[in-house]
Amino acid sequence: MTKIKEAFENKKAFIAYLSAGDPDLETTEKLIIEMEKNGVDLIEIGIPFSDPVAEGPVIQEADLRALKAGTTTEKIFDMVARVRTKVNIPLVFLTYCNSVFGYGTEKFMAKCEEIGIDGLIVPDVPYEEREELAPFCEKHNIDLIALVAPTSEDRVYKIAKASRGFLYIVSSLGVTGVREKIETDISGIIKAAKSVSDIPCAIGFGISTPEQARELCKTSDGIIIGSAIVRIIGQYGKDCVKPVTEYVRSIAESVHGI
Amino acid sequence: MSKGRFGIHGGQYIPETLMNAVNDLEKEYEFYKNDEQFNKELTALYNEYAGRPSLLYYAEKMTKDLGGAKIYLKREDLNHTGSHKINNALGQALLAKKMGKTRLIAETGAGQHGVATATVAALLGMECEIFMGKTDTERQALNVYRMELLGAKVHPVTSGTQTLKDAVNETFREWVSRIDDTHYVIGSVMGPHPFPTMVRDFQAIISREIKAQIMEKEGRLPDAVLACVGGGSNAIGAFYHFIEDKSVRLIGCEAAGLGVDRPENAATMANGRVGIFHGMKSYFCQNEFGQIAPVYSISAGLDYPGIGPEHSALKDEGRAEYVAITDEEAVNAFEYLSRTEGIIPAIESSHAIAHALKLAPTMDKDQIMVINISGRGDKDVAAIARYRGVDIHD
Repeated sequence: MTKIKEAFENKKAFIAYLSAGDPDLETTEKLIIEMEKNGVDLIEIGIPFSDPVAEGPVIQEADLRALKAGTTTEKIFDMVARVRTKVNIPLVFLTYCNSVFGYGTEKFMAKCEEIGIDGLIVPDVPYEEREELAPFCEKHNIDLIALVAPTSEDRVYKIAKASRGFLYIVSSLGVTGVREKIETDISGIIKAAKSVSDIPCAIGFGISTPEQARELCKTSDGIIIGSAIVRIIGQYGKDCVKPVTEYVRSIAESVHGI
Repeated sequence: MSKGRFGIHGGQYIPETLMNAVNDLEKEYEFYKNDEQFNKELTALYNEYAGRPSLLYYAEKMTKDLGGAKIYLKREDLNHTGSHKINNALGQALLAKKMGKTRLIAETGAGQHGVATATVAALLGMECEIFMGKTDTERQALNVYRMELLGAKVHPVTSGTQTLKDAVNETFREWVSRIDDTHYVIGSVMGPHPFPTMVRDFQAIISREIKAQIMEKEGRLPDAVLACVGGGSNAIGAFYHFIEDKSVRLIGCEAAGLGVDRPENAATMANGRVGIFHGMKSYFCQNEFGQIAPVYSISAGLDYPGIGPEHSALKDEGRAEYVAITDEEAVNAFEYLSRTEGIIPAIESSHAIAHALKLAPTMDKDQIMVINISGRGDKDVAAIARYRGVDIHD
């Protein structure tokens, strides 16, 4: 069993996202440590990309802030190497294909393995292009986490079979961002995925409140929150650690209280 | 290797949400491209509405002035809406209509593709929304009003560099949000498969006509075909039917902005390396970490950090050559053609003319060069005046 799957053992998983380097990498490091202490089961560390086409305005702006602050892939690797000695939960990177390919796919994965990254989510690499990354991920023991969308239909089966670590269920059409209501037939998607694989299924896009988190955990193995956290970081800047900690604790209590 | 490859380039690097939409599009396109009725309707639109075939004009004064190759201009600027963009917009919109879509969205740089899409949407009775970088809405204000006049809604894009690449990002985001009734009319030979192939097929009418016209006028093939390249749709259209004719030099002219050695350029072939972005593997201007570079050109239509995958393959194979032309060279060519032939070309097309000014004198008098005049320059007059320090009041 991979470290990522362990995060889903005997409990619902709360997965938190942040854009590395927003407002700076020291704050990102502190946030990762506090997130683990306050009940986050897995952290998605965003490597900011100049043109994140699957992201809504909140994460777009966070990526831009991070890049403006001088954040680079190399500096993120250094930060993760440091923080890895202090936290035990699985850490995965979320980034766009050119961040990996442009760095050099083999070099990128080798570095991920070296610093203790457990998985990788790349929203612009669908099932058809998986081979671009999958062989390198396998070689370096990185789980390549696949996404399914409300429009996936029959594609859910092959995607669920191919995914490693967990399956990322995109809750809604459109880009990332907070939503009041999620209307997709998520339980149908999860049922299809579970019929072909025992992979954990976590729901992301649009989740922000403890109530939403609790509700969605009933039908899934976990939930992913990104924009709601990134919005707090954007609002408080370097002083964000406390408000983010309080927020993730409220979500963790809701997720783990089931 | 996945679908839609040109050598190592191309592919379908897009969010899962869009995969079924592009798969449907591919299936429908494969059907309709061989459908007699579809082709009949499209040809009627080309001929009766867009004004095709476009002229192949012998530029006698320019030829004599430069003293080398015999120069022909392919007059895509004479098409309805003023550029080659209408060829693709008509093709895709007709296909979208057959697919039951009721709403068209598109990105635009200079505004030519936006105008073409808005025009076709008006004609076919479809809704239309155009995404355009805020910087571009300012330097091409006339085209914004033109699109609105045609009934389209124009969204100024304020993210990133506020130019063409950001307009593409935003149109993708819009498409991900609303797929059922909406078709994304990509304006160039870029994006995920099947777009680069489909757009090329719709633009290939340019080289099909050039070939027939030059055979009629000269009884032989040209020695060189020149076209400007941003994403590369007019160039691939002008090249396509000559790719098999190895004696024909194919030359793409990209935007060097203030110079290929300066940060302010959009010379993808000169400065880019292979990357994966906007749905495709191809050459891109980027930094060591794969961040897409903010590019610059005086020409909003060439102000793009990438290039269509088929061009990248043509470069790798050595079948086509790519040269970089500065703002200054393009503006000089813009003025040159206006004065010499009485034809005001688009600033985009002026990049191809600028290279012709260098190349033609080095060629023999019995050689033939064709320059694709992809669009007309009315939209650029105010910007060129500003470039020359002339203050124009509308």
